[in-house]
Amino acid sequence: MSAMPISPPLRLRIHWSERVSHGALLAILLLLAVGLIAPLLAILSQALSGTGANSGLTNFSSYLASPALLQSLWNSIWVSVLVTAIVVPLAFTFAYALTRSCMPLKGLFRTITLLPLLAPSLLSAISLIYWFGNQGVARDFWRVFGFDGIYGASGIVLAECFSVFPHVLMVLVTALTLADARLYEAADALGTSTRRKFFTITLPGAKYGLISAALVSLTLVMTDFGIPKVVGGNFNVLATDVFKLVIGQQDFQRGAVVALLLLTPAVLTFVVDYFVQRKQTAMLSARAVALVPRPARGFDLAMTLFCMLVCALMLAMFGMAVFASFAKLWPYNLAPSLDHYVAGLVDAELGDAMLNSLKLAAGTATIGPVIVFVGAYLLEKTRGLDWARPLIRLMAMLPMAVPGLVLGLGYIFFFNAPMNPLNFLYQTGALLVLCTIVHFYTTGHLTMLTALKAIDAEFESVSGSLKVPFYTTFWRVTLPICLPTLLDVSRYFFINAMTTISAVVFLYSPDTKLASVAILNLDEAGDTGPAAAMAVLIAGTSMGVTLLYIALGKFVERRTQRWRNPSR
Amino acid sequence: MLAPRAEADAEHYLRLEGIHKSFGAFRALEKIDLSIRRGEFVCFLGPSGCGKTTLLRIIAGLETQTSGRIVQAGREISVLPPAERDYGIVFQSYALFPNLTITANVAYGLVNRRVPKAQITTRVNDLLALVGLPGSGAKYPAQMSGGQQQRVALARALATSPGLLLLDEPLSALDAIVRVHLRNEIRSLQRQLGVTTIMVTHDQEEALSVADRIVVMNHGVIEQVGTPMQVYREPATPFVADFVGKVNKLSAVAEGGRWFRCGDMRLQCPPGAGADFRPGSPVSLYLRPEDRTVDGLRDGDPGQCTGTVQHVEFLGGNCLARMAVDAIPGQPVHLQFSLNQMDEFGIREGGRLRFALRTDRLRVFAAA
Repeated sequence: MSAMPISPPLRLRIHWSERVSHGALLAILLLLAVGLIAPLLAILSQALSGTGANSGLTNFSSYLASPALLQSLWNSIWVSVLVTAIVVPLAFTFAYALTRSCMPLKGLFRTITLLPLLAPSLLSAISLIYWFGNQGVARDFWRVFGFDGIYGASGIVLAECFSVFPHVLMVLVTALTLADARLYEAADALGTSTRRKFFTITLPGAKYGLISAALVSLTLVMTDFGIPKVVGGNFNVLATDVFKLVIGQQDFQRGAVVALLLLTPAVLTFVVDYFVQRKQTAMLSARAVALVPRPARGFDLAMTLFCMLVCALMLAMFGMAVFASFAKLWPYNLAPSLDHYVAGLVDAELGDAMLNSLKLAAGTATIGPVIVFVGAYLLEKTRGLDWARPLIRLMAMLPMAVPGLVLGLGYIFFFNAPMNPLNFLYQTGALLVLCTIVHFYTTGHLTMLTALKAIDAEFESVSGSLKVPFYTTFWRVTLPICLPTLLDVSRYFFINAMTTISAVVFLYSPDTKLASVAILNLDEAGDTGPAAAMAVLIAGTSMGVTLLYIALGKFVERRTQRWRNPSR
Repeated sequence: MLAPRAEADAEHYLRLEGIHKSFGAFRALEKIDLSIRRGEFVCFLGPSGCGKTTLLRIIAGLETQTSGRIVQAGREISVLPPAERDYGIVFQSYALFPNLTITANVAYGLVNRRVPKAQITTRVNDLLALVGLPGSGAKYPAQMSGGQQQRVALARALATSPGLLLLDEPLSALDAIVRVHLRNEIRSLQRQLGVTTIMVTHDQEEALSVADRIVVMNHGVIEQVGTPMQVYREPATPFVADFVGKVNKLSAVAEGGRWFRCGDMRLQCPPGAGADFRPGSPVSLYLRPEDRTVDGLRDGDPGQCTGTVQHVEFLGGNCLARMAVDAIPGQPVHLQFSLNQMDEFGIREGGRLRFALRTDRLRVFAAA
């Protein structure tokens, strides 16, 4: 037989129901392109734009060489490194206690450490002012350590430690939970000492988790601007520079340059983390046996004491803001009153801000999960349109690497451009919702993807053979199975929309002012009391909503998840 | 009486013509030509990675061949999406919808076809009875054992009365006893319904016991297509001889006229046992362990020899004895005996035995 004629590979005819899924996939692609890629490109073009001698790269490099910027850059770096060096060991010990000891009250300890997530990161900064500020209750205590005051680097580091701790802890708890009991049994059988087991099994096993945790901490501190804004004083970091340049001096171009600078380390850590994560999953085999800690008196006691100490500090931090928000006139009259809430918030017409925040959170929490779920589903469970899939995968992962400040700035450049037909969205609530969804897209996406991967990959094939269109199976099978995860993602969106500042600080108008941004403005105006009140109000709302979600989750589980634990 | 056209259709219910599949530079399937009769039970057998599952998925439209044609019941389906083809499929993982009851699972494809409710109920009950699970319609999959879940998956695949049933390693996730039991049930169910069936398996015993015909595959090509007996008795290639059943492989040299010299022995194979080899060319002789004669030996029988029992491997009802044959030094021969024959012939380690190799069962292939 002669050589096969070279012909293009065959392709299946596309069923009409597949066209539906392709359409939806393209819609997701478009949404991420408009909500993420276009704004980022807008920053790039802004940073490189300019006319005459002032143009493009010249401008870029001349600004990069300015001593003020280099100082901020250096400040940003050493503060992030210092915070990471403090938080990671503490969080590792805490995570180790939670996963490898038999200490009591684990649930309580875990819950307390999650508290900072319910409030804007500003809350810890405000609390610090009440503890160690110029009128703080423990001002002199802070001075004993040789610091002039809380305003400056020391305040930033301390406040960041509190706000970053829960994020780092979550990563490390996950890393330490993934332990294979068989390794420890093998080590025991060989008569290995506890110390050696720790250094040869535990630490190598958690290696990637530790790297990941350190990167999370570095990125969060580097890109956070709320805390440096409140307790930074004259200590400049990159994040505050962006804010000052854009909001204060209206120097968009230089703002864009600094934003790009801010984006670089974030993207770098993101890339490193991506490869680290891939190794992590490859390490743990499906047959691993879960490790169950055994009681050890001294160790458990030490761990309990350590966790109690950390939790006490957390509660002190959280509690001070609550206490101060109810104090009549700090520090002279500490009698409980609602002055800050009534006079400072309601009378200052900040009730609307709270309402706007709730609207934003509700919008994000309803639309966000739908988009994320549909996107993850289409990627994971449908076929065809192969050129678009890697693009969407990349765009779904990218938001994690983009600091909120950068995203928000990109939104200004892109949506405020007069020739953009989407210009009408600028300063509307809808744009805030879009921005927030994109900002927190990655975590939701990964959560949904994990849930979808756990579902048998052949459901769609079976449906096809039974001539049932994919969306029927999506509705009858995939969605009900994923409902609890969907609720989790929704809650995640809600809490983050309530507490976020960084992206939305550039995007609100007088009509769409947000509660979290109001804290910043109040603090700037010297109204620390009402600022604390607002922070507490947000935290309270987040907590209440979390409880609602838990109740809803229980209800959903009873109604739709009966099949998981049927009585035999 | 069948019209000639319909007769041709029955003979070639499913026709694969020149199926190729490559993943990048890797050629997963090459030039697959196969024709399956209506009502036939065919097994794709081969080691993992041989392309058998890929071929099944191409027939199902879950993957697309790089080139080649597929014709089912006279209709070309080469590029039709799965939903426009006519088959039911069962996977190794069962793929039952966990949040739906057994009834809803079985009825899944029927509901979509707007079959009246009463009719669906009857059909589901009939199917559950058919697979031996009457009255368990209200349960959820998690309440059932693996074997039961696979029966439900079978009922679901059969619910819409497809013309073709595809089984992708349906028994591999089950434990040994359930596996044997269920494979017999699948076989009798298939006979009863007469549905054309393709089962993918890597288990040769499974293939031999249920299939009408076996397609043995390796490295993306078909090595042999034949009845289980043909595949076992007359393997077409050394791979098939090795993969299906146990076999002794002896190095020999062709002497012409179907005569071969193996050690100090001269053996003549039957006609058709292999190509005609030029004298002097090296060959391999393949002989199954049970192809030996011990009692009733007469002088002049071909293939007679004596040897020492070196080792006996106990396999339950059978034993495998490794013989050092005097006339074939350096190439021990494994012989199979039933437990009773072990006593009868007095076979024990270190003992001597006179026996004959059954030269009428020899297969000859060029030495690899």
